[in-house]
Amino acid sequence: MSNGPGISGLILDEPLLWEKGKPGRTGFSMPESDVPSAPCEGSWYGDGVDLPDLSEVDVIRHYTRLSQYNFAIDTGMYPLGSCTMKYNPKLHEKLASLAPIAAAHPLLEDELSQGMLRLIYELKQFLAAITGMDQVSLQPAAGAQGELTAMLMFAAYFRKKGEQRTKIIIPDTAHGTNPASAALCGFTAVSLPSGPRGYVEPVDVAARMDDQTAGIMLTNPNTLGLFEESVREITDIVHRHGGLVYGDGANMNAVMGIVDIKRCGVDALHLNLHKTFSTPHGGGGPGAGPVCVVDELVPFLPTPVVEKDGDSYRLVDNLPDSIGRVHGFFGNFSVLVKAYCYILSMGPENLKKASQLAVLNAGYVKEALRDVLHLAFDRPCMHECVFSDKLQRGDKVTTLDMAKALIDHGFHPPTIYFPLVVPGAIMIEPTETESKDDLDTFIASFKEVVAQSSTDPEALHEAPRRPKLRRLDETRAARKPKLTGDM
Amino acid sequence: MKELEELNLPGELMYSKDHEWAKKEDDTIVIGITDYAQDQLGDIVFAEMPEVGSSFEQGEEFGTLESVKAVSEIYLPVSGEIIAINDALEDEPELINEDPYENWIVVVRPSKEEQFDKLLSREEYLETLTG
Repeated sequence: MSNGPGISGLILDEPLLWEKGKPGRTGFSMPESDVPSAPCEGSWYGDGVDLPDLSEVDVIRHYTRLSQYNFAIDTGMYPLGSCTMKYNPKLHEKLASLAPIAAAHPLLEDELSQGMLRLIYELKQFLAAITGMDQVSLQPAAGAQGELTAMLMFAAYFRKKGEQRTKIIIPDTAHGTNPASAALCGFTAVSLPSGPRGYVEPVDVAARMDDQTAGIMLTNPNTLGLFEESVREITDIVHRHGGLVYGDGANMNAVMGIVDIKRCGVDALHLNLHKTFSTPHGGGGPGAGPVCVVDELVPFLPTPVVEKDGDSYRLVDNLPDSIGRVHGFFGNFSVLVKAYCYILSMGPENLKKASQLAVLNAGYVKEALRDVLHLAFDRPCMHECVFSDKLQRGDKVTTLDMAKALIDHGFHPPTIYFPLVVPGAIMIEPTETESKDDLDTFIASFKEVVAQSSTDPEALHEAPRRPKLRRLDETRAARKPKLTGDM
Repeated sequence: MKELEELNLPGELMYSKDHEWAKKEDDTIVIGITDYAQDQLGDIVFAEMPEVGSSFEQGEEFGTLESVKAVSEIYLPVSGEIIAINDALEDEPELINEDPYENWIVVVRPSKEEQFDKLLSREEYLETLTG
């Protein structure tokens, strides 16, 4: 193995804390009590949980070692498709943790929270400008909640108009959360197969769109990394039948400041601030999934909304048609702060350039690997490209084998087996973060893995060999998960 | 994964292009997924099944199978009412991987008898896999 940053290193073993503790160790000295002791009723106390006794150095080494087993964007390239694992500048962390921001109390009166309200108000304006949409709610906690919020607004919109619409069209390349969000609002998902070229075909939308159908949930660019060429035609069809268009903005990193989403005919769009606008994510959050809407849907936005009144900002609650709150207080505020910092430090031109470079990088990877991997759809790609293991099947090497082997080379694997329309999918999203040098190293490593599939397929079946733990039993992990220590 | 010639596709069953098999038993139809489907899915870790008594149209999603790779919908090859589900799959979904024909998923009372005869034969199904 010659390519890639992954070489080898000393890995220190680390037991679970319960196995590590010894009675009597301590990492904290209780101060002496300065109040007299008083009797306590027997029913108020018991034996307590069996927590291990640990010293400070036990704890520090434990978590430091665990962190060293980890792989993160700060460690190396993380080309997980549809996830936009871009680098998160440390400046954002610093600013978001400044005491006046981190310690601001959400129950303070408006006049004492002017800075925070201004930040919310301005971020809404920035996101409206970037997408071309009219208004924004920053409340939703993540992408899926943004979808749900938009679907609740669609339902409220049709209720207000006195229309009974029960179905919604969802292309088969959509993220799995789309049908789930729609179902929670009482819509039945009508699946739309993508056409032979990997796009949604207007004729298929026309065949499904009627006055019982609330509209369509369209991801653009779609999860094949392709820009839906017929987006205007599709949205026109939906609007002609009185329907609404939901845009899944998961892939916004390809089109920031380049595509006017409103002019595409989208009525509501969610953004993943934690992806496109650079805040650490993965491992369950926190994220932020603002929803951007056109004027027609503004009355249904979640409350409270921040409005500007002269030079001051205030929270407004009196929107009678609002769907109400979708999150406590103001959403995941620290994520909003980081996205605000990102947008301000980049500026409009650099945001656009980030998207251009993200697309350029994906196109570069696509062209470099197309000779050795089967390209699912041979079209110009946006921010990600989708291959499959079709050419390796003869050697009995699967997508999973190749993904695991990349770990040995020092890369996080790409997204695999998604989107479902491509059997054995390998979905690579390099983002704008990676330099050409780093991309070249990744490409060379991938090519080496592919070459190995014909020279030494057995080695790939056993990959990875270098991490602390090798091929994990994912089946057992799913069937018999063990989620707690033995307390 | 299996080569086409390694697939076990019994000749007496009928098949759908969505990789379900169907077998007539008196006036009911037993439904499962094919060897090809279980092989493609990989290790199945969860089976979500419909309620007994619910009805579906032909081609409608009646449940999902979750494998370590993905969640896949399963579609009913004939319209009808679900009259039984294979309870054993709730605790041991891997039975489908072990034998996808012994371990059926649902039993349906068909509402449109003629649909069964129009399903694919073994040869026709194989053709969809090579195509």
